Order: sequence, then structure tokens, then C-alpha cells
Amino acid sequence: MLKLKQVAVGAAALGLASLAATPAFAQNKQITLCWAAWDPANALVELSKDFTAKSGIQMKFEFVPWPNFADRMLNELNSKGKLCDLLIGDSQWIGGSAENGHYVKLNDFFDKNGIKMTDFAPATVYAYSTWPKGSPNYWALPAMGDANGWVYRKDWFAKPELKAEFKKKYSRDLAPPKTWTELKQVAEFFQGREIDGKKVYGAAIFTERGSEGITMGVTGALYAWGFQYDDPKKPYHMEGFVNSKDAVAALEFYKSLYKCCTPPGYTNAYMQEGLDAFKSGQAAMMMNWFAFFPGLYKDEKVGGEHIGFFVNPGQKVEASTLGGQGISVVSYSANKDAALQYIKWFAQPDVQKKWWSLGGYSCHKAVLGDPNFPKTAPFAADFLKAMNGVKDFWQEPAYAQLLQAMQKRVHDYVVADKGTAKEALDLLVKDWEKVFKEEGKL
Amino acid sequence: MNDVAKASFIERAATATPAPVARVIKGLSDRAIAWLFISPTIILLLAINIFPLIWTIQLSFTNYRANRPNAEVKNIGIDHFQSILTDPDVWAAMQATAHFVFWTILIQTVLGFALAYLVDRRFRGHGFWTTVILIPMMLSPAVVGNFWAFLYQPQIGLFNYVISFFTGLDPSSFEMIGSVKLAPWAIVLVDTWMWTPYVMLICLAGLRSIPEYIYEAAEVDRASKWRQFWTITLPMALPFIMLAVLFRGIENFKMFDLVNLLTNGGPGSTTEVASITLKREAFEKWRTGYSSAFAIILFVTVFGLANIYVKALNKVKSR
Repeated sequence: MLKLKQVAVGAAALGLASLAATPAFAQNKQITLCWAAWDPANALVELSKDFTAKSGIQMKFEFVPWPNFADRMLNELNSKGKLCDLLIGDSQWIGGSAENGHYVKLNDFFDKNGIKMTDFAPATVYAYSTWPKGSPNYWALPAMGDANGWVYRKDWFAKPELKAEFKKKYSRDLAPPKTWTELKQVAEFFQGREIDGKKVYGAAIFTERGSEGITMGVTGALYAWGFQYDDPKKPYHMEGFVNSKDAVAALEFYKSLYKCCTPPGYTNAYMQEGLDAFKSGQAAMMMNWFAFFPGLYKDEKVGGEHIGFFVNPGQKVEASTLGGQGISVVSYSANKDAALQYIKWFAQPDVQKKWWSLGGYSCHKAVLGDPNFPKTAPFAADFLKAMNGVKDFWQEPAYAQLLQAMQKRVHDYVVADKGTAKEALDLLVKDWEKVFKEEGKL
Repeated sequence: MNDVAKASFIERAATATPAPVARVIKGLSDRAIAWLFISPTIILLLAINIFPLIWTIQLSFTNYRANRPNAEVKNIGIDHFQSILTDPDVWAAMQATAHFVFWTILIQTVLGFALAYLVDRRFRGHGFWTTVILIPMMLSPAVVGNFWAFLYQPQIGLFNYVISFFTGLDPSSFEMIGSVKLAPWAIVLVDTWMWTPYVMLICLAGLRSIPEYIYEAAEVDRASKWRQFWTITLPMALPFIMLAVLFRGIENFKMFDLVNLLTNGGPGSTTEVASITLKREAFEKWRTGYSSAFAIILFVTVFGLANIYVKALNKVKSR
């Protein structure tokens, strides 16, 4: 009799255990993924349905519009909030989040689950995962590769009368610019011109003051002039680098582009304002993140054959401003295991391939290294090119202070006409030196 | 509940009270009972006003940052105060604040008093028009900020089209919130639109408090309307006008919402008033100690100026 009882109890336990392993049981579990509210986030919602189907873990999403994303999420982390189990945080947050214990260190988890960082593009691992920079300490899995690129009105560039006029004026074809000088010429050419009965403007560029906009735009020019944040031989020594002759020339150039060729009222414009200007047929060219290009290409009015894409033009060197993010597990989460399960699932090559097909920018070599990748989308080749020359802003724990200082100095000069480019960059060096002194790094 | 029932309830409560407690209550003075009743309010005030203030003062002498919970908090004396008071950017923000406060108060006082004077004439339908005039101040500043940001939009904004209608200028040839010269005035205009009715309301109360017999006496003495205005209306309404100036001055010194929504301190730092600088330091750069020191400086400034002003107001009242 006792034996029979033991068998019955054992069978019941086995039944319960097997039930627990099924998706039906896991359905009670839910994790929240926090990110910015933009096109790729919608693609991730779609992709994550596969995760729920496989694991039974429900996904909840908390998407915050870009202008408030940093404020909202950093507040959440600083207050040790439990809102997010997973966070696709900006690359610049990694230093602070690692040092302040906001993110779970993923090295052991990666080792245990056979996730290799060598499977991801090196630039993305460096930028989105490591702290201290370049060290094998991983705080995120590269999730969304991104860089600043350009989109242009291919249909306008193809108009025979405009082509002829441009060629006569500049002795070259009206084509996507290869340098910033060429870009300005094209922008000037279109500025104020009437096309299809509508007044159009040269270029929609970033000028936003509040969060990071103008810095992301200006660095696109600075990097092309060979900008360095500090002396490569002497870290944090910025004098003569941040305010070098080339940096001054690049900043002056960006201002001249803003003055000559942007739509009216373009004093505080970032991603959304650029998209609005471009989609409403006002701008011949638009600076924006690659993340928006799949959506733009699908746009009924200005997408498809109407538009083309090009990588950030070079000047002295070829380089692009880095965007994109890694996915991290928040230390304060009560569902760390489920969150890690999501990362394990997300790291799989098949999932990464689907991620790209839905409009997300995978950083996995299985996607980027595919010989057919450049042909998979009209912007794919430019994305690859851009990612090979990306440069990011400081990723220091004090990044917010460093960023705000640059926003102020650059906006003061470019938009508010305060002082000269040299003065703006000299002041920026002083601001940054002050921050690094407070940090004990100078 | 009737008296008998009440009495029985009180009696029952009294009997139910344990003897030692009853003895303590019986022994309480009226003053002690008064303290007992107001103590919840005092505790609440201490918790939400005084404690944060004291904590802010304490933080202002440290290097504390809210985003570095694990970092060591050091006492750094008056370093923050020194660096704030010697920072040209802080002084630029104070200048922007002073410009905003001065012009909004001046324009709102003149317009508010003029409107009050007009409404006080009690013309036909004055009640209706008073309500119409008061509408802007009933709106939420967030709504007003967003609404005017659209109006000021150079390509589609109604404001530019109205100006262009009267001046013949191209509507997209000027930017109210994007131009260094116009942006400070764009904010002054919106604040004036919103808060002049408030000044009007206070002035109206002042005008209506002047006894009619004084004007009748002046009429008997054949004083002209002009003379009546300068010798009766204005002096007697002055304490009310000064009160409106005090309220608007304090409010505008800490103005945040409208500026944040209209220009966010831009272009560049042109309209970066002190409260915007404070918000950037506290919640964007996370310099908690520094921003605490800045908040204290602002508090002391407003408190000091308001005290001087209240003394002047009392002098005027006692005349």
C-alpha cells in the first residue's frame, strides 16, 4: 500500500513538474521591456510574439518618446524602480549604469549559455556592451545597430531640368553627395526652389536643444573633419583636440549649412521634426537615424522609388555618428531569470534574421555577414558602410553632464549666433575639463 | 440623532474611556487641546515643507548626486555657492529671468489696471466680458504653452499670418520662438495674455473697494475726472496693484512651465531662465548638491525681495 502511495505522489510531482515546463504554466509570468517609442519598437513587439509563443512568458512594453526617453528611464534606474525588467538603453548610458549597479553584468550568463560576443559586429559590441570601454565586461547584448545617415529625394534629383542646371552650375552630376562641401552645394541648389508647385528647402538637419539632437547632428560634421575627443596618448586631455582647427572648421560648416539651407523655423528640430519636414515634401535631403529608413521606404507618399539613401558624407575622413542600443537586464527587476531567457532567445541567429526582416537592425554577424545582406534593402549597404566607421559620444558615467554642456555650447553658437566656433569649443573644453576634474579623472 | 441619544453616546464613550486616560484628558488645558488638534497639520507641514528645505540645505554643502547612489558623499563646504555666484552662465540665466519678470510685470500691471478700470465702468454686458477676459488664466499652462507653440510656428502658425496680414511681411520670414531677438518677447507676450486677467481681477477688487462718497465729494469740489483718478482712484487702488505685482513677481521669478514648453530655454540659452537652469542641473546633469545650493540661492533671493516689498506695501497701506 505504501509503495502505491509513493508511486502516486511521485506521479503527481512529475505531472506538476512537466506542467510547469509548458508555456501554459509560464503564462502567468510577464516581463516588461522598456525602450524608446519609434518604428523599431513596433518591429520588436511583432518579433517578441515568437518569444511568448515559445516560452509562454508574456511581454509588456513601455515605450517612451525620444525627447523624454533619457529623463524617464534614468529616473527609473536612479530610483531603483522595478518598472523595466529589460531595458534597451542608449549606448552612452552604459558607463553610468554599469558603475552604479543598474545593469546586470552578463559575462557569466553569456558563458553559460554559449552566447559569444565574437558573433556580433565588433563596433556594436564595443559601443553597446562594454564598460570600461573595450574591456571584456559585458552589460548588454547588442540589440539595435544604428548610425546617422541621410535620405534624399531621388525623384527630384532625377528631374532632367534640375540635373542640367546643376551640372551647368557645379560641373558635376546631381547625385548623392560624397563630401559635406558637396552636400551643402546640393542643399543650396534646392533651397527656396519651387518643385511641383511647392517651395522646397535644402536639408533637414538636427538642431534640437533639449536632449541630444544638435550634438548628434554636429558630431556628424565633426567626425568627418577627423574630430577626436581627447589625446589618444593622454586620455581626457582635450585642449587642441576638441577645439582643433578642423573641429572649428566643421562647426562653422554646420552652422553655415543650418543658416543657408534648412526649412523656416528649424531652430529646435530632431528626428520627428526631420521626418515631418521630409514626409511633407519640404526637404530635398534629411539627416536621420538608419532606424527610420525602413519605415520611410514604406511611406506611400515619399517612400519607394521617390527616395534614396546615402551614408554620412566624409570630408577629411569617413565617419558616422553612432546611434543604437544594447539590451540589458535591470538589476532591480524581480524577473531577472525570465529577462535573461529573453536575451538568450534574442541572441539566436534565426531570431536576429527575423529581427532584420521586420525592420530592426541586427548586429549579429549571421545577418550582417551574409553576402546577400547589402541587397536586402536599399539602405542596407550604406548601413554596413556606416557601421564600419561609427564614432560615439563620451560613454562616461558623467555623460549627461558632458552632453548637456555640448548641447548648450553648440546651440548657442549654431542657432543663437553667440560668439565664434572657436569660442564655443574653447568653452566646451573648459566645461568638460570641469566635469572630469569633479570625476577625479583630471 | 436627538439630544437624549447624543447624551447617551457621550456618556457611553465617557464610561468606556479607561480611568487613567480620562484623568489625563481632564487634566489637559485648553491650550494643550488646541495643540492636539493642530498637531496633524503641523506634522504634515514639517514633513512636506520644512524637512525637504532642511534636507536641501544640508545637500547644498555636499557633492551628492542622485544618480550615484553608491558614491561617497563628501562635505564640500560652500564650494557650490561660490561656483554658482561666479558662474557667468548662472548670471546670464538670472539676467534672462530679470528681463522676463520686469517686462511681464510692467505690461501686465498697466494692461490689467486699464482693463479693470474699463470693466469697473459697468457698461452693458460687462459681466459677460469680464468672464471672457478671465478665460486665459483658467487654462492650464501646459495647454497654453503647446497652443502658443503652434500659433508661433512660422510656416503654419496663425500668429505669423496675423502679423503678415497687418504688416505685409512674409509669414515664414520671422520666427517668434526661434529668433534670439524675438524669443524673449514671445514668452512675455504669452505670459501677458495668460495672466493680465489675474492682475485685472485684483485691481478690480481695489477699484470696487473705493467708497462712492469720496467721488461724490470730489464732484462737489469740482475736481476733474483726471484729478479724481490721480488723487483718489490710483492712491486708493495702489495697495491692491502692489499686491498683484507681488504675486506676479514671485510667480514669474520661478516661471518654468511656459518657458519649458515654448522655447525650452532656447534658442541657445537666450530664454534660459533660472528655473530652467535649475531643472537642467538637477534632473539632466544630476548635480543634486549643486542644484540644491542653486535652489537655496533662488529661495533666499525671492524671499528677501518679497520681504522688502511687503514692507513697502505696508507703508503704502498705512498712509
